[in-house]
Formats: sequence, structure tokens, C-alpha cells
Amino acid sequence: MLRKDLNFLIAGVGGQGTVVASDILSEVGIRSGYDVKKSDILGLAVRGGSVVSHVRWADRVHAPMLEEENADYLVGFEWLEAIRRVSYVKPDGIILVNDCRLDPITVSSGQAEYPDTKEILSHLERAAKKVYVISGLQTAIELGNSRILNIVLLGALSKILESEPEMWKKIIQERLPPKLVALNQMAFDSGRALIR
Amino acid sequence: MKALLSGNEAVARGAYEAGIQVAAGYPGTPSSEILENVAQYKEIYSEWSVNEKVAMDMAAGVAYSGRRAMVTTKQVGINVLSDSLFYTVYTGLEAGLVVVTADDPGMFSTQNEQDNRYYAKLGKFPLLEPADSQEAKDFVIKGIEMSEMFDTSVLIRTTMRTSHSKSLVTLGERPKVKDEVGPFTRNPEKYNCMCLWAKKRHPVVEERLTQLADYAETFPWNRIEWRDRDLGIIASGVVYEYAKEVFTNASFLKLGMTFPLPRHLIREFSEGVKKLVIIEELDPFLEEQIKAMGIDAVGKEIFPPYDELLPQTLRDLGIKAGLLPGPQTKRNNAPRGEDLPGRSPVLCPGCPYRACFYLLNKMKLPVAGDIGCYNLGALPPFNAQHTMGAMGASIGVLHGMGKSGLPEPAVATIGDSTFFHAGIPPLLNMVHNHGIGTVIILDNFTTAMTGHQDHPGNDFTLMGERTRRVDIEELVKAMGVEKVLNVNAFDVKAMESGLRECTNHKGTAVLIATGACVFVSRSAQPAYVVDTDLCTACSLCSRLGCPAIVKAEGIHEKTKRKKTRIDPVLCNGCDVCLQVCHSGAIQKPKETSS
Repeated sequence: MLRKDLNFLIAGVGGQGTVVASDILSEVGIRSGYDVKKSDILGLAVRGGSVVSHVRWADRVHAPMLEEENADYLVGFEWLEAIRRVSYVKPDGIILVNDCRLDPITVSSGQAEYPDTKEILSHLERAAKKVYVISGLQTAIELGNSRILNIVLLGALSKILESEPEMWKKIIQERLPPKLVALNQMAFDSGRALIR
Repeated sequence: MKALLSGNEAVARGAYEAGIQVAAGYPGTPSSEILENVAQYKEIYSEWSVNEKVAMDMAAGVAYSGRRAMVTTKQVGINVLSDSLFYTVYTGLEAGLVVVTADDPGMFSTQNEQDNRYYAKLGKFPLLEPADSQEAKDFVIKGIEMSEMFDTSVLIRTTMRTSHSKSLVTLGERPKVKDEVGPFTRNPEKYNCMCLWAKKRHPVVEERLTQLADYAETFPWNRIEWRDRDLGIIASGVVYEYAKEVFTNASFLKLGMTFPLPRHLIREFSEGVKKLVIIEELDPFLEEQIKAMGIDAVGKEIFPPYDELLPQTLRDLGIKAGLLPGPQTKRNNAPRGEDLPGRSPVLCPGCPYRACFYLLNKMKLPVAGDIGCYNLGALPPFNAQHTMGAMGASIGVLHGMGKSGLPEPAVATIGDSTFFHAGIPPLLNMVHNHGIGTVIILDNFTTAMTGHQDHPGNDFTLMGERTRRVDIEELVKAMGVEKVLNVNAFDVKAMESGLRECTNHKGTAVLIATGACVFVSRSAQPAYVVDTDLCTACSLCSRLGCPAIVKAEGIHEKTKRKKTRIDPVLCNGCDVCLQVCHSGAIQKPKETSS
């Protein structure tokens, strides 16, 4: 991996595992020798609300929050949450988006329309240098548990970063009870395989 | 050794490294994780107290007994504990006592945006504001040291970003703490605030403030960072970190101790720069004091006294005020948040509150609400909590509604933890003063919104000890409430008849709606299904506001409306939608329905 400052934004819906993903991503940064800061939204938003984590790797990080057009990588766990945060992406940034649509209550109750996902994709493509769309949820469900989506996405991100998988997998292993390690390692590898 | 810690985790670590032996508080975002992390250190006794004031009094008793203590609270919790915090400033203590308040600029989970720094000025005690997790840890240690050096309680004020952001912290060791204390100090002239004695303590408090102001001059985290002297910035807390990033060339006076202020240091800095700018989130706490010293500065003219001052905001306002070279940052022209469908938090699938708010909406009753997940009942599709202001307020407000002679029966909604926190005195008040109204106690067996902390209705404590559970029904009956019903919160019919019976009662009635939070019960049932042939697209089920109930592709021929589908990943079979469905379309899954 090139040693340069990197800013990440992880966007999703409360309950999708974004905080754990950003914790692991932070730990990877620390073990790569960076100063790291990260910021999460906790509390009320966890009940199915819109959530975002900022993760920053640099020699010296001051603010735990990014400015707009400052994210090198945006990881969207869901279409609507990816487009909601797109103003943070650098013009030469990279977006990884999980091909998943979760209707907020405003949509399921008929008060609002969910934007067309093709249209979202074209907006994302105009905002960033490259957009990867992966069926992470599908992969997680095929492995037997929708809750490992976050690890699938981290696997994909590690591949995009051209980062070797060993350190990531070691961190995942350290964070989990032994019985969950094999499944999560599989999820991570499957995520990597989704990026070609 | 270094670790990546949130500000809250770092405060907990600070308690460990400061030799604190007792920590207490009441859960509240963004402070809740402090005590949860303190509980990981077996060397420290920690507890969730029933409310902040009780925690504060308990901590005072600990510090009077010669043990170091900490109290944690969210921003508005300090309103509850301040009565007790203030007497500890007059009495002083036999060992260190720090109070940590986590403020909430931006109002992510709080009912107002008050700036708790004013409490330090009002109560006359020192105030520390950490900017990151390292300082959060260091300031607890320093706070205990100052508390013992100056014989006063010390306030540490974080904000949501310092509490919830993570940054690297160098870990230290726990000092040796004395094994034994006592006997208890009997010095009523110091520890009993009888007016005769307290009057003599006031000059001591004032003299102490003078000494603390001198101390602030050498406080290591109050420091000048000289760069370009055209622009000098005074900042504290996480805003300092934001400003360092945005105003890269400016000189800084970084303040870690913000009351009392280091006046000489401020004067030296102001005389060393051409233009002095004070950047602080919320109120002009520093600005007012600095301007009162006769120093020329700008602050709130540029940076508003509401919401967060995030780096982007500082840059935009800095450019607008001519403090930074323009032009405004260009923005990619993708859709912005305000153009997209919102995604606010919702009651979880399987939430025991759902049937109650469905019925309150259906019965069109006026509802005095309270604080907890159930305040989501104020939002569509329920629109059924019409007031909410403070912990436990619902019952007092209901009593006021009852005494106002409204033409309709009124109800209050209050959760179990909130009832224990501040709901008992107002209910006693209703009983004593012939109150009229129905109090619905939503008992989900936990403090759900803040992360499932224990309360007196549980049979375990924060440290995992078994304890005696307080039975809400028995408690309420013992308080003298004549009409008390206890109903299964998932039984829509029973809830409806219970509500009717209570609201017809001419007096004080309590309806206990009992049902475990889905995160507590862990007894999810298989997902329900919709027989699309039977679904008439009446959309009654959508009035339940359940995330698992979504629109199907199928259209009903007559009404041309979309039929219902149940998301099998989200549904956990609470059964409420089946009871509401008129057409029999919502069913238990076939293979398990026998």
C-alpha cells in the first residue's frame, strides 16, 4: 500500500455493522503506522437511522471529521446512504457501493419515492473516479448470515486498496469470539473476490 | 502502549489511572459508554443509579468517606444533579471528585442545546475541556489531582464528538490506592451546609477561584502556539482540532482549562496577534469573559451559537468573514441530503411499543410524552406523543392537563427506566392531589434507547451482580393508585380495552404495557408472510410503522394500490400486524404455524 494520507467515509443504515467496519479499518491504519482518528454516530440513530463513520489515516490527524470533497474512499452499505454522502468524495476518489436497497419508512409508507438506483449510480460515477458495485448482501446471505455484510465489504475495500489480506484478517480474528472467526474470514475472502 | 479509544472509553481509562474507586451515573447519549467501560475495570465499583442526582449524592458520600469518585451524565442530566453538585463545591471533599458531562452540540439526541460550561461559572468550580481522547484520559487524572489540591469538585465537559470520536491514547498504570478509609470525618462546619456554616464557606469558595485562576496560567494544556501573527485563534475542546486543520497558518491559544480563565496568558496572546478570533461551539462562554477583560475580539459575529462548528462550516464561515482566502469550496453537483428521502430512526421490528402507539393514534387521545425510544411515537405514522421536554415530565404535564378541565381524557407515556428516574414523585403527586389521567408505563425491562442499561426493575446490576427486582405494578399500587392494569403490550385487543377502561376512570389510572425490548428478549419468531391473494391493499398495517412491512410489486385491482410484503430479514414475528390485518392476508409462516 502506498504511504499517503487517506480519508474514508462509511455510510449505511443503523444495524448494518458500519461501526465495527470502521473500527477494523482504523486498526488497519494504526498497524500500518498512521495516526488515526475516527468518528461515529451512536445512540438514537442506531434504530434504523442513517449512519456514517469518518475514518482518517495520516501522519498527524487533527479533526476526526472530514470536509466535503475530501474522502478518498466512500463505502456505501446501501444505495440511498451512498448517494446521501457523495458530496464528501474527492473528484479522484473511489466509491464502493453495496447493491442493496433498504426502504426508509418515508418510502414504505408512501410519503417519498426511493430514487432510481441506476440514476444514483450515474451520479456516483460523475462524482468519483471509479465506482465499484458489488452484491455484498447476496454474498453474505449465501455464506449463511446477513450480519457479515460489513466484513464482505471490508474484504472488497482491502482489494481496492491493494492491501495484503493478512493484517486485516488478523485484526478480525482478534475482535471476534473463536466460533465466528472462520465465517468472517470467509466473508472477507469472498469480499476480496468480488473485486476484479 | 497506545490504544485507539473513544473519548468515553478514554474517560473510563482515566478513572482507572486516576485511582478512582467509585463511579456512578445515569445513561444518556453521548455519555453512556463511559460507565459501561468503567465496569470493565474490576478495581472500580460502578453503578447505574436511578438518576443523576442520586449518582451525585452517592459520589459525594464516597468522596466524604475518603475515596475518589466520578459521576457521569449527559448534557441535560446536569440539570438534574446540579443541586447536589453545587453543595460539594461549598463543602469540599476528603478525596477527589470529578463530574463528567457530555454535551451535545448539533442535538443528535438531546432536547435542547444548552452549554454546560456556564455551570462552572454558576457553581464556582473548575472546568476542563478535552479536545481528543488522550486529553479525555489525562483530564480525569488531572481533575482528581486538582480536586484534591483545591478541595473542590471538578467538571470535565466533553461534547458528542469528543465522546464518540476515537483517537490514539497512551496507556498508563493505576496508582496504588489506600486499602482502608475512615473513620468518617465528623466536621459539620465544613460538611453540613446549614446556612450559618455555609455562609462562612462562601468566602473560601471565592478565594479558591482566585487560586484556581493562578493555577490556570500554568495548566499545561493551556498553551500558545505561535505561527503567523496576523490571525490569532482562541479555541477549546474538539473545535480546536477542527480549527487547526482549517486555519493552518494562524497562531493559537489552545485552552484545556476554561474556567477560571488564565487571564495573563489570554492578554499575552491577544497582544501578540493583529486580529483575535474566538471560536467556540454554542454559547460565547469564553468570548464574554475575554471581552469583559477589555480585549478586542470577534466570535459570535462569525460563528453562530447553535449547531456544531465542523471543519467544513469553519472553512465556509472563515472565507465569508475574510479570515481565509476564497473562493468558497466547489461542490460536486450530486443530489444533496435535503433532496433525498429521509431516514430517521424508527421503532424496531418487534418493538413492544408499536401496538400502543398504533392505538393512541387510532383513539386520537392527547398524549403527554416522555424520553426514550417511545418518543419515536411522535413521528409518522403514529403522531401520538404531543409533548416531551424532560425526564419524567410526562406525568406532571398530564396532571396539569387533567386539572385544566380538557374536554377529552388525556394520557401520559413513560418508559420503565424513565419512570424510576423521575416518574415516581409526580405520580405520587397525582394520587395525593386527586389527579385525573392515565399513565401508560411502557415496561420493556431495560433502558433501551441508550443501549440497554439496567435499572431497578432488573434483577442484575451494572457489575453483573444479582439483585432484587422492583415490581412496577406492586410499586404503583403501594403508591395508592386505585386503578392499575397490567397488559401484554403485544396483545392489541387487550391494550385497546385496557386503554378504554383506564381513560374512562375518573381519577388517576396506570396502565402497565408489559413486553420485552427485542434486544432483551432475543426470542425472535420466524418471519410472518402475506397472502397476496387476500391482501386488499388497505394499508392498515402500514400504520404500524414497522420497517419490515414494505410495499409489494403486486397492485390491488380495485384500489390500484400496492399490496403489502413482509421483509423476511427484518420481521421477527411479534404478531401485532396479524392482529391488525382485517383481511387475513398476514399469516404465520405455514411450516411453523401448527
